[in-house]
Amino acid sequence: MATTEMTRPDATAEDFRAEAAAWLADNFPQSLVGKENLLAAIEGESKPDPEVAAWKRAMGEKGWGTPTWPVAYGGGGLDAKQARILQEEMARINAWNPIGGMGVMMLGPTLLEFASEEQKQRYIPPICRGEIRWCQGYSEPGAGSDLASLQTKCEDKGDHWLINGQKTWTSGGQWADWCFALVRTDTSKKHEGISFILLDMKSPGVEVKPIKMISGASPFCETFFTDVKVPKDQIVGEIGNGWTIGKRLLQHERTNLSGGGRMGRGAGPSLADIARKYVGVDDEGRIADADLRGRIIKHEMEARAFQATARRVTAEAKSGSLSLASSILKNVGARITQERAELTLEIMGMNGLGWEGEGFHPLELGTTRGWLWGKAVTIYGGTTEIQNNVIAKRILGMLDHQ
Amino acid sequence: MAVLNEEQTMLRDMARDWARKESPVKAYRKMRDGGAAIGFDPQAFAKMAEMGWTGVIIPEAHGGSDFGYLSLGLVLEECARTLTASPLNASSLAATSAVLLGGTEAQKAAWLPGIAAGETIAALAVDEGPRHAPDRVEAVAERRGDGWTLKGSKQFVAEGDAASLLVVAAKAGDEIGLFLVPADAKGVSVSARSMVDARSHAAITLDGVLLAADARLEAGGADLLDRVLDRARAGVAAEMLGLAVQAFEDTLAYLKTRSQFGEILSRFQALQHRMANLFTEIELMRSVVEGALEAIDAGRDDVPVRVALAKATACQTLHLVSRELIQLHGGIGMTDEHDAGFYLKRARVLENQYGNGAFHRERFARLNGY
Repeated sequence: MATTEMTRPDATAEDFRAEAAAWLADNFPQSLVGKENLLAAIEGESKPDPEVAAWKRAMGEKGWGTPTWPVAYGGGGLDAKQARILQEEMARINAWNPIGGMGVMMLGPTLLEFASEEQKQRYIPPICRGEIRWCQGYSEPGAGSDLASLQTKCEDKGDHWLINGQKTWTSGGQWADWCFALVRTDTSKKHEGISFILLDMKSPGVEVKPIKMISGASPFCETFFTDVKVPKDQIVGEIGNGWTIGKRLLQHERTNLSGGGRMGRGAGPSLADIARKYVGVDDEGRIADADLRGRIIKHEMEARAFQATARRVTAEAKSGSLSLASSILKNVGARITQERAELTLEIMGMNGLGWEGEGFHPLELGTTRGWLWGKAVTIYGGTTEIQNNVIAKRILGMLDHQ
Repeated sequence: MAVLNEEQTMLRDMARDWARKESPVKAYRKMRDGGAAIGFDPQAFAKMAEMGWTGVIIPEAHGGSDFGYLSLGLVLEECARTLTASPLNASSLAATSAVLLGGTEAQKAAWLPGIAAGETIAALAVDEGPRHAPDRVEAVAERRGDGWTLKGSKQFVAEGDAASLLVVAAKAGDEIGLFLVPADAKGVSVSARSMVDARSHAAITLDGVLLAADARLEAGGADLLDRVLDRARAGVAAEMLGLAVQAFEDTLAYLKTRSQFGEILSRFQALQHRMANLFTEIELMRSVVEGALEAIDAGRDDVPVRVALAKATACQTLHLVSRELIQLHGGIGMTDEHDAGFYLKRARVLENQYGNGAFHRERFARLNGY
């Protein structure tokens, strides 16, 4: 089967390209170009625009918001090649994917791997249609990098589970409909005492408090669970197997957080363009600030190397071998993201340091807030330090001196 | 630490004590939350003046103590550690340097006593765009009878919102001159800018401002602006040193209390080495920042090179320290409730003020002839 797909003649690919282009032309109005709310995930949805809603509905019904997921659960059922063609066709007309969030990025792939058939039928289709917003209940005040020390208790009460405890850094907790959480079903074991549970955020006893961040936004919450009753069928996988499932989900998170190759590829103006505008060029067209120019060059080259690595990892994974290089993606992606933000800020000078109001272009203010927000990428989803531990210990086999 | 004399040691200890007790970070937070356009607490500044800090580089004859730039740098460093918001740097160092270096005796007598008393707040207005570019001053001063007419605009003037006296760089024929402009003169308009550090960085328009004959600082010579800027840069570097030192100390204290994997973070060797590296960089930074201030006090002829070295190093080191401050605090440092973000935000503003690292590396190379 796989062989047939991979050797599929180009004519078939071109047919699919034509089909995708036609469908997109029918369903994506050009008036929506540039209207993607990139910050929806961290700011909550803005007021629904009827055109946006129609586009979201169309993509949801077609399953193309989650193009490679099985049709049986509401996905698009496309193979990797078709998915790439779809992406190219969307990029060509500046169409954007209205289906996203943690359900798509993290929970869906995890459910596909670990959930029961009933759970897949129940939870995945609404993710494909973008109907349910999911949040992640992992970290706790005392369990950040050392996530497995989490204490939120989940007790078996016969016909239901009873949850008590506190989570923090719950992304979008104040807007979420449902939460996937790691909870402690056994206090006698560290890792094996953890289970992966799905719960309705409207359940009695769930309370969220937004945390204001240095960027001024409040994309995270503290979430408190007080005697929250959860039906028995909402634990995913085996009881006590939550650590394995939760870690697998974090891999999806890290793949997404690394920028997934999106970085530096046509998303907004290049650093060189921004520098030309703010710094100017010399007689030969070089960015006038030689020192800055050197650092832009270094950054751009690193971004290229990162993209090449991301492509290599994808190709190797497709051929069936798990690449060791996947372990570096999150750290490199995060580093490049932050470096780009710092360089943009430097290029813009004082214009890159506005907080609000008069005297600053909205793009400049966006840059500033994005820079502050971006300080999180080396912290969330496993800090850079934790990722380096994984590389040193699990991949390189370097053990602690004790 | 530079070798301090008794007066300097006393001054530094007094500043440290006052900043900790009377002007802790929560005072800055309160000011920010209050959204004051002038960007500081006038009562706190009045106290600083009362303690004589506004006159540290001003001669005794004009109401100051004439302790010099290193002494003022010590005060700026200590105040910066608690993020004390005040016009001390802009008024009592930068603008004061302009009057000291370029003023006639009459001009000094007219303005310095007010600055020394903290009654006059002065601001230095040079840049006209978002990046420091003193060679691109476009504001023009034209002769008009005995006096001048001033036209142009200035951006990101530190403490411009509260200043009653502006020291404005403007083209006067082939030279760039510095002009004393009362902020309430006809044709001067000041508008506030809201920036990440919640301090004052005003935009100023000069629309045909009429000035008297004695408005220009005549005594400084052709390189007056450069010399004034070098002093202003050294002052900013002193402030940056205070930010770096405090950011480092806060991080160290946090690593000694936060525990993960059943272990206090400061016991992890990877983090120990990170801190050892920051400590090293800050010590290097201190040497060059204090070296620049001492060179100014000693009247050395290599002040420009030393200042370029100091500001470039300060930019590089504070940049690193402010990033590590956030990273090593983890999620808690990302919250507005924690103070770490204040240091990060202020750091970037000061990195930009009077030339970023790249500007000063370039200047260092040019001054050294390569």
